[in-house]
Amino acid sequence: MYKTNNTEELLNISGADIKRCMKCGRCSASCPSYEDMDILPHQFVSFAENGRAEDLMASESLWKCLSCFACIERCPRDVKPARLIEAARLMIIRKQGEDYLSPDEIPELLNPEVPQQLLVSAFRKYRR
Amino acid sequence: MIYSYYPGCTLKTKAKELDEFARLSATKLGFTLEEIEEWQCCGAVYPLGTDEVASKLPVIRALNEAKKKNQPLVTLCSACHHVFKRVNDDMKNNKDIRDTVKNYDEELEYKGETEVLHYLEVIKNFVGFDKLKAMVETPLKGRKVGAYYGCMLLRPSSIMQFDDPENPTIFEDFLRAIGAEPVIYPYRNECCGGYISLKEKQKAQGMVEKIVENATSNGSKELITACPLCQYNVKQTAGEDLPVYYFTDLLAEALGLKEGEADV
Repeated sequence: MYKTNNTEELLNISGADIKRCMKCGRCSASCPSYEDMDILPHQFVSFAENGRAEDLMASESLWKCLSCFACIERCPRDVKPARLIEAARLMIIRKQGEDYLSPDEIPELLNPEVPQQLLVSAFRKYRR
Repeated sequence: MIYSYYPGCTLKTKAKELDEFARLSATKLGFTLEEIEEWQCCGAVYPLGTDEVASKLPVIRALNEAKKKNQPLVTLCSACHHVFKRVNDDMKNNKDIRDTVKNYDEELEYKGETEVLHYLEVIKNFVGFDKLKAMVETPLKGRKVGAYYGCMLLRPSSIMQFDDPENPTIFEDFLRAIGAEPVIYPYRNECCGGYISLKEKQKAQGMVEKIVENATSNGSKELITACPLCQYNVKQTAGEDLPVYYFTDLLAEALGLKEGEADV
């Protein structure tokens, strides 16, 4: 395993223990966004192992993860793949200009029923 | 019994009825919800990054207020409950986070002492489903209700300790106590799409369609939830076909505090 600086930062932010992974794939099998992801939850672990944080940070999967915690709940080895995805997402949105949601977009996304909870959680996940 | 109460942002705005009928029902059931003063938004999602501490401060302050009064802290919204349980767990078990918190606010001497309870847990553990059953004035006879748990109350179960994450029963026990007929369907702990419905509506719709199909094909005529975002996402797709209520709507109705939904 070789580590780029980005991979080291990814592992630090995530707190995930990737060495425990036994590649059973149950995280990806449990993921409700499986069909929309270009890099799947179990592959996040492999990418991190191989020092490929930059590829993870460029992945569409960052915006498909719903933080439903099914992968964390069902992992038999307590690896916490969702934390790796979150860490990659944080490394992107912490960069200036890399937000996934801008306040300017909000008016056209609103309808009268939208609960505050939705706006707060989307802003927390999509920008800093 | 008096509990510290954290309503959260949505219960003051789009989900006022969740708050209102919970308070009314609490009075009838013999406990009091004392709203924490000057509470701030919990953030709606738990900050998963290990280096995120500042965003947990509003929750820690509210937990500390409850500690000062020596009261358990009660929440209703699934998102608030999720964030509170997990931040409380951090404060109990993670010294690094505790030390960082002190850097922000020296007076925040908090080590996870407050007990965090969901309103439903108060009914289950301190009122009791038997006592609730005895207090029901209008049993919801013949109502086939599917409980929609969603994600945040259940997972990760090691920290939430709310119920069995794959086979939960607390909502069904509640429904039996108020005289309704619980409908068990496999998708009741599947994700509604959560925050993805803001930018990618169709994606959330696809997920909700599966849940609605699964709930109705198993016999549900209505759903209950504790989460304003679950309710919003399901309603956006299900429309009039499958009404989604807060569990407190049915509770207040059974206790004779609210007009019936079935007749509307």
